[in-house]
Amino acid sequence: MGAQRAKVADVVVRTRVNGEWREAEVWPGASLLAFLREQLGLFGSKNACEQGECGSCSVWLDGALVCSCLVLAAQANDREVRTVEGLTDAGRLHPVQEAFVEAGAVQCGFCTPGFVVAVADLLEKDASPSPATVREALSGNICRCTGYAKILDAVNLAAARLLERT
Amino acid sequence: MSIDIRRKGGVGESVRRVDGVPKVRGEFEYASDLRRDGMLHGATLRSPHPHARIVSIDIAAAIAAPGVRAVLTHADVPGKKTFGLDVQDQPVLAIDVVRYAGEPVAIVAAEDPELARAALKQIDVNYEVLTPVTDMERALEPNSPSVHPQGNIVRTLQVVHGDPNASADVWVEGSYETGMQDQAPLGPEAGLAVPAADGGVELFIATQWLHADLEQLAPCLGLPAEKVRLHLSGVGGAFGAREDVSMQIHACLLALRTGRPVKMSYGRQESFYGHVHRHPSRVWMRHGARRDGTLVNVQARLLVDGGAYTSTSPAVIGNATTFAAGPYEVANARLEGTAVFTNNPPCGAMRGFGAVQACFAYEAQMDKLAMALGLDPLELRLKNAVKTGSVLPTGQPIIGAAPVRECLLRLQDLPLPAEEPPLDRDPMLLPGGAGNVGHGEALKRGVGVAVGYKNLAYSEGFDDSSEAWVRVSVDREGPMAEVKTAAVDVGQGIDTIVAQIVRTELGIDRVLIRQPDTSIGSAGSSSASRQTMMTGGAVQLACQAVRAEIDAQGGMPELRRPVEATRVFHHRPTGKLDANGQGDPHVSFAFGAARAVVEVDTDLGLVRVVQLAVAQDVGRALNPQSVMGQIEGGSAQGLGLALMEEVALVDGQVKNASFTDYLLPTILDMPPVVCELVEEPEPGLPYGAKGVGEPSTVVVPAAVVAALRHATGRELRRAPVKPDDLVGL
Repeated sequence: MGAQRAKVADVVVRTRVNGEWREAEVWPGASLLAFLREQLGLFGSKNACEQGECGSCSVWLDGALVCSCLVLAAQANDREVRTVEGLTDAGRLHPVQEAFVEAGAVQCGFCTPGFVVAVADLLEKDASPSPATVREALSGNICRCTGYAKILDAVNLAAARLLERT
Repeated sequence: MSIDIRRKGGVGESVRRVDGVPKVRGEFEYASDLRRDGMLHGATLRSPHPHARIVSIDIAAAIAAPGVRAVLTHADVPGKKTFGLDVQDQPVLAIDVVRYAGEPVAIVAAEDPELARAALKQIDVNYEVLTPVTDMERALEPNSPSVHPQGNIVRTLQVVHGDPNASADVWVEGSYETGMQDQAPLGPEAGLAVPAADGGVELFIATQWLHADLEQLAPCLGLPAEKVRLHLSGVGGAFGAREDVSMQIHACLLALRTGRPVKMSYGRQESFYGHVHRHPSRVWMRHGARRDGTLVNVQARLLVDGGAYTSTSPAVIGNATTFAAGPYEVANARLEGTAVFTNNPPCGAMRGFGAVQACFAYEAQMDKLAMALGLDPLELRLKNAVKTGSVLPTGQPIIGAAPVRECLLRLQDLPLPAEEPPLDRDPMLLPGGAGNVGHGEALKRGVGVAVGYKNLAYSEGFDDSSEAWVRVSVDREGPMAEVKTAAVDVGQGIDTIVAQIVRTELGIDRVLIRQPDTSIGSAGSSSASRQTMMTGGAVQLACQAVRAEIDAQGGMPELRRPVEATRVFHHRPTGKLDANGQGDPHVSFAFGAARAVVEVDTDLGLVRVVQLAVAQDVGRALNPQSVMGQIEGGSAQGLGLALMEEVALVDGQVKNASFTDYLLPTILDMPPVVCELVEEPEPGLPYGAKGVGEPSTVVVPAAVVAALRHATGRELRRAPVKPDDLVGL
């Protein structure tokens, strides 16, 4: 595969990432995750399972939450991608990020960018989700450190703060 | 008092993590994020066979493959050919025999990861397949093939206490098994080796113990220790998986050979082969008691599968055996433990480290005993629980805090969650959630309790000390404290605890934690629930020395030049066990108790854990939020072992090396965890704080399976419990 891989022409992918048009050459088989990390130097999205099981690589593609390890880089051509790096506003933490730090929802932190993105997505769509909705929405994100209790605390905290603002 | 003691952010407060903000922003650099200009990518060729002789290795085609800069085999290891934490019996690259499927045989460095992996396929290894030993009991049979020339026993020990032939009124007997669990840290193994101008190498690495890596690396690389410098990179969880060396030596060999930086970063599948797992166990026990419930005799035989190499098996079976009677006073015991070699993947450290397997068995026995005696299971435990001054089967008295009764009483006081009628519920709240095709017609509820314990720090004579350096200076912003240790924050939060200790000891808010590396003395491993007491102790001592010097100079406002101190903290000495397992092997203990409430759908064999409650002996909670995070996370890993997590092995081959096939608890599997912190300060430890990482993982598997037994009436002698074990009542 790899020997042939060297012969396959790279494709040019042009994507709007966190509001900025970015362009790079990639192997046609490269995932969006690999494109973000290796070509664009955005290391916030993590590679932990390569199979869409753990959610550590969660990003938005045209506003839809996806596992970037399951999307080809080429599929993102001419489309809009938003990553964890795009959550802060002029350097200020997003309320979901603040809540994760405050609630103790971060331990090793490897799953954290994916969780933060998934929670922000949930709260953008449902400002006051029921506990069952929260669990369902986050069931595609695996955390090995926390046992999820403090993550649920963070979701509640972030939801309350976001509601106060509106 | 010359120093203004401000305790803001000091010990006892739920201070926010020092690395929390970079982690939520996605800016924290993990080992898999490392890069250097001009770096190469390493890849590993692994044995497809669990046991085979290597007849020949032909690397010619691989060397000629596009982008390849080096292909190395055992012949290219310049120094010692083997490594290992305890016994150096694991080849850096297989020499003449492979002993497990997944064992590294050759390594490649190439210009990109795909080219490196492609080159692996060009390496031609000719194997003569040998009969593997894949069953731990068969490994002990006289006609079994030998995994190593010395035979298949890693370690065998016995603990003989009182009169092991003492009689009892009531006896219960049982056999129990636990499966092979994977630590599954979210961040796979990764590191970057950079050749240095002095002929040495710099290794940036995610590990649990920089100095143990160094001790194994330098001899294999044929370099003096000072030419091998390790720097901690961001660690994406560990749980024991990073205690043994994985890609460290390989990356350094490739960097030294090519003269270029080499990164190695495992994918998830390779991660399953790249680290040791929790030992599968088979345990037989016989418990004897008087009619009034007094435990009088415990007999146990424990067998664990160490896999192909020694790793930490001697210490794991030491723990399992010395803890086999549980946290109970028992006058007479015979406890026998053996760890064997097989051609299964090597087993070693995982959270709980031998205590988990023992607890699963002795707590099942205590429930059996309660039933035989007609006593309440909790009452039976309260009656026999150890306390300060109790003598353990090793003859070791418990000199520290042992609030076992308090842990149990806290659980007894907790109300049970209300029963919800199945028909009114959101289907997601049925066992199996969306996967439940029924309507809850066959739900049965059960409640189980377990209590257990774990040693803190290393045992049996090992001096796992920790060194800390503290420096105080004053600039325009006021005083600042800098701290350096080699302690690894694997996610548990030691960096934050260190900052809290410095604030408490020195009254300085501004604390700078320097990145750990091997330029300072060892901090010991981030394992065995030991960093808060060991590195915390070293930091406290260094702070006290600095403070004394500041006082001598007339106090902080008068400080003209920086003051610094380096101190080493040792725990009290322990000793080896004698031939009868008698001695003073353990430093200190942490106890814990768990209660699980479960619902079983007996038509479908599906389980919902409704609630977990854990009462844990923490000494003193230095950061209560962080302590609860440890208890909750440890509980999740315990629930995983009880219900779903097992490395599936068939003839020595791992069949589920992915997160699709190896199931981990998700947010839908985890119930709320009620945490009860039992605070009885431990004499001799900094602030009286005990390690908190492991007790919940020790007791939760036993509690969950006890609850399943209560719900179903089945014996359920093996964890993880599978749906087939629960259907057809």
